[in-house]
Amino acid sequence: MIVKREKLNFWERLYLPALAGGLKVTATHLVNTLFKRGAVTMEYPEQKWTVPEGYRGAPYLVKDQDGATKCVSCQLCEFVCPPKAIKITPPGLAGQTADRANAEKMPLEFEINMLRCIFCGFCQEVCPEEAIFLMKDYSLTGTNRAEMIYNKEKLLELGGVHHDQIKKWEHKLDEAKEQEMFPVKD
Amino acid sequence: MDWFNHLNPDLQFVLLSAVKVLAVLFLALLPMVAYSVLAERKISAWIQDRVGPNRVALPLLSGIPFLGSFLTRLGIWQPIADGVKSFLKEDFTPDHVRKIYFWLAPAITLIPAFLTVAVIPFGSTLGAQKMVIADLNVGILYSFGIVSLGVYGIVLAGYASNSKYPFLGGIRSSAQMISYEIAMGMSVVSVFMLVGDLNLSKVIEYQAGTTLGFIPNWLVFKQPVAFVIFLVAAFAETNRLPFDLPESETELVGGYNTEYSSMKFALFFMGEYANMIVSSAMMVTLFFGGWTLPFFGLDQRAESAQWLTGLAHIGIFVAKMLVLMVVFIWVRWMLPRFRYDQLMDLGWRRFIPLALANILATAVVLFLLNK
Amino acid sequence: MSTAATTETKPAPPPVDTIKIKVDGREIEVPKMMPDWQGNLQPTTMLQACQLAAKEVPHYCYHPKLPIAGNCRMCLVEFGLPAMGPDRKLLLNEDGTPKITKQVLPYEPQTPRGAIACATPISPGMEIYPSSPATKQMREGILESLLINHPLDCPICDQAGECKLQEYSVEHGQATSRFVEAKVHKPKAVDLGPRILLDDERCILCTRCIRFTKDIVGDDKLGVVNRGSYNSIAAFPGTTFDNNYTLNTVDICPVGALTSKDFRFQMRVWFLKESKSLCTSCGTGCNLTVGSREDKIYRFEPRENNAVNGPWMCDAGRLNYKWVGRADRLTEVLVQDVGQASRLSHSSEKSKTGATPVLRKTTWTAALSEITEKLKKVPAGSVAIVGSARQTNEELFLLGKLAKKLGALTDSVPREGEADKLLVSADRNPNSTGARLTGLCFTEMGIHLPKIADGIKAGKIKTLIVFGEDVTKHGFGPDLLGRLDTLIVSDILPNATTRLAHYLLPGCAHAEKRGTFVNVKGRLQKFIKAVEPKGDARPEWEFLHELVHHVTGHNGFVSIEGLFNQMAHEVPAFHGLEWAKIGDTGVTVQI
Repeated sequence: MIVKREKLNFWERLYLPALAGGLKVTATHLVNTLFKRGAVTMEYPEQKWTVPEGYRGAPYLVKDQDGATKCVSCQLCEFVCPPKAIKITPPGLAGQTADRANAEKMPLEFEINMLRCIFCGFCQEVCPEEAIFLMKDYSLTGTNRAEMIYNKEKLLELGGVHHDQIKKWEHKLDEAKEQEMFPVKD
Repeated sequence: MDWFNHLNPDLQFVLLSAVKVLAVLFLALLPMVAYSVLAERKISAWIQDRVGPNRVALPLLSGIPFLGSFLTRLGIWQPIADGVKSFLKEDFTPDHVRKIYFWLAPAITLIPAFLTVAVIPFGSTLGAQKMVIADLNVGILYSFGIVSLGVYGIVLAGYASNSKYPFLGGIRSSAQMISYEIAMGMSVVSVFMLVGDLNLSKVIEYQAGTTLGFIPNWLVFKQPVAFVIFLVAAFAETNRLPFDLPESETELVGGYNTEYSSMKFALFFMGEYANMIVSSAMMVTLFFGGWTLPFFGLDQRAESAQWLTGLAHIGIFVAKMLVLMVVFIWVRWMLPRFRYDQLMDLGWRRFIPLALANILATAVVLFLLNK
Repeated sequence: MSTAATTETKPAPPPVDTIKIKVDGREIEVPKMMPDWQGNLQPTTMLQACQLAAKEVPHYCYHPKLPIAGNCRMCLVEFGLPAMGPDRKLLLNEDGTPKITKQVLPYEPQTPRGAIACATPISPGMEIYPSSPATKQMREGILESLLINHPLDCPICDQAGECKLQEYSVEHGQATSRFVEAKVHKPKAVDLGPRILLDDERCILCTRCIRFTKDIVGDDKLGVVNRGSYNSIAAFPGTTFDNNYTLNTVDICPVGALTSKDFRFQMRVWFLKESKSLCTSCGTGCNLTVGSREDKIYRFEPRENNAVNGPWMCDAGRLNYKWVGRADRLTEVLVQDVGQASRLSHSSEKSKTGATPVLRKTTWTAALSEITEKLKKVPAGSVAIVGSARQTNEELFLLGKLAKKLGALTDSVPREGEADKLLVSADRNPNSTGARLTGLCFTEMGIHLPKIADGIKAGKIKTLIVFGEDVTKHGFGPDLLGRLDTLIVSDILPNATTRLAHYLLPGCAHAEKRGTFVNVKGRLQKFIKAVEPKGDARPEWEFLHELVHHVTGHNGFVSIEGLFNQMAHEVPAFHGLEWAKIGDTGVTVQI
């Protein structure tokens, strides 16, 4: 496609009206900033941004309403994580038992390398247990690389409690108890 | 003062000159350079709806109620922090540069700017002293001579850096500065045709008084075309936007100063602002009546006892200069960079013919008036 | 190629009786009889016919190597038979083709009657519709019913990722469950045996495990207890499911009901890199797949090879992988300083305190060049080599070359155990046949060991090269080894011999290198690398090749392919073989 170039008229070629226009625009902004509206920028550490709903900040692990770790170490987030920021150590048979007895499994260690994390939210989306959420933290700092690898303890502490509506495991436990099928063995 | 009066006149002259040099350099020029950087940052922030530097605080001074925090928010201590930072930063010299030229270039950029100040009369008289470091008869020729040295610093920096971007920056600057020097010089010719003297003090004296009682006799009104050419050429000579092609961060990374860091980079930076100050001072002298104001008799030299008038003259000069500095800064945040061919076109095919025409017109008018 | 003589399946003698049937409207000719799980010829089933027609029929309880049970109903297919008139003649359509009656339920002619494809033999003219809407509907119904009581705990289930229930749910399942009542809860994590945990909730009662242990192993331990939806698998009262093949039930379990205690909650299967390898625990040479992630081995799984192990392997072999990742693996090239060595051997001769000599870490280049210098100077007949039947053919071949050049006595160490009926061989060395074929040892393995010991005692043998064996357990006491001028040892794990070595060269586990073994029946099989060697350890064939090259002056091949091909050229039993032609299941060689 050929765009036809308009021929400049005399005033445009003279450049001076454009110059005046520029002066006017910049002067208006200067006056507005100084005397009318103030700056549009925010002075960061003192003023903080209100994080909107649905914002994807740092991913943290959550506990359920009983304070039990929700993660069951299925490692789907580790699998789906595009930058491979998540590293989960499964419990193995000898590892610690899960917080919720009938959930059977809980990660031995859960690490997120926040330097690698790209806050895409795939982990939250893929999680079958609603155990990981992208929270509103956007300013993560540390003085060395090791500090930026958040372990399970830290992630759970930062994540806090998530009040889920489904209560899958609680429901299962109640059902099993009703059928006298729990605990599985004494 | 007795001891001073007993010295022989030559020695007196030397001592006084030394005092003047030190005062102008360290009390006026360098602080002005530092604070013009701050002004640049603040004004650019305001134009862009920002706040600008407002963080640097001095331990005790910031404690003063109201005023302390006001000064901090104004960024008044920022230049100090900038200076300290420049000194503390690692002075890194890349391995591939030509060491001697690399070290020499920043100094060569800064020194001509300082030297030019020598001939500018920044006040009438204070006590018995003329407020000019060197009252040369060929002041303007001297300053043009010195200013053209400034290009060497940048060209040398580009050459010494021994890498692509600085090299391109250096080449651009040499062509640009040489081109605009011609226009600049020619624009001034018409001014001196009117004044009839090359001494800058004489130029100022010529501009005293008013026409029709209210228009100052400033040459900007008598030679507007010369002023416009001089102004534009001054932008080009100081590498300021819209003519900052030697630097042009967006295309040449940093142009000639790409390889520089720490204090050596700061010297380039200071050089740019010192050049702006000198250009402003030169324009004030040539076109805005220097230290004079056509009212309240402020257009006559102060007598040796009139200390206040003497100081007022200096104040007037500085004030005029600051207005021009703001124009420099303002224009930078308003206009986009020219394309290189446009720059050359403007210099050679517009301003040089225009300056020649202006000289011719001035000559014709003078001829007719004198007849 | 020699595989021709040893094709696994026993083909029906030509000419094969065939039947013409139609699968999804396409006419194909299939053999009338096909081998069943034991290899006996039986009438071909619809499922086999569909497989021949490249139409997949989903199934849970059917397994080609197990007797047919037909209880999961997943393989239901709609089918039709040629209609016959009262005169027992085929009815024809107007265009002359035989008329087909789709089978329907009695008294309900709208409803197609499906047949389980795994157990229904085909008949001439039969039409099978494995992709028809009716078949799909049947599958969906069956799957929904199987999922009624399934706990849907895939996130914690080790089977997730290789679960047939998951796979078929994706293909034939519903997106949501219509079942709103309480699910039946059954025992979870039931200890079935020392290596097996059972989750009854996940079980779909296909009875593969029961049939396997009863019919394949002959150890009838499992059965179904309780009734109706409380049906569950259990070991017979008072017994544990503890034979040497229990872990195969984990493999064949189509869902996550049977899980291996060893692999339970260790790693999700989709992370595991699968490398084709071999079992080194006995002379059978079962084919297996190494599951590893980030240079850590998580499990061995049998890999089907009907010429060797079928789809099975024993538990002992399957769990014999942990030593590969042991922390005390030899990872450094160590050398005993010369002065120290002589002083030490001297003192040990007198005091016999047997203090551990001090070893200094060095580089491969330095150690190999020092060894070369020594080996070049030794007089013929003063060297002995003890290889290992755990080494690959290539390594044994190279050792043989070295022995030939040095005029050395060679042998390796026999390992005998008890054989069982199924897979385990009495010979516990994975490559005894290879050791014999490459000439490193003789028909009676270990016959030269006393000779070598005598040679050392008599002072005739001054240099001993040991690969992968702890010779102190085989008649070479520390005092005997102390008499040697030079003791060169290569091994993977530390033992009494490695501690006495003058030169210690860290070698690789088979999962860390490539090579070939020949099993007791003469099956030559290759295995590939699954994980990186630890530390400075290098595959033995690699540094042996360098050593042989330095000592003999003959250049060889620096790649395993080239080395194998060279060996095939020089060793009569391997004539005509090429690395690239071995294939994943190996070839049989003449022994």
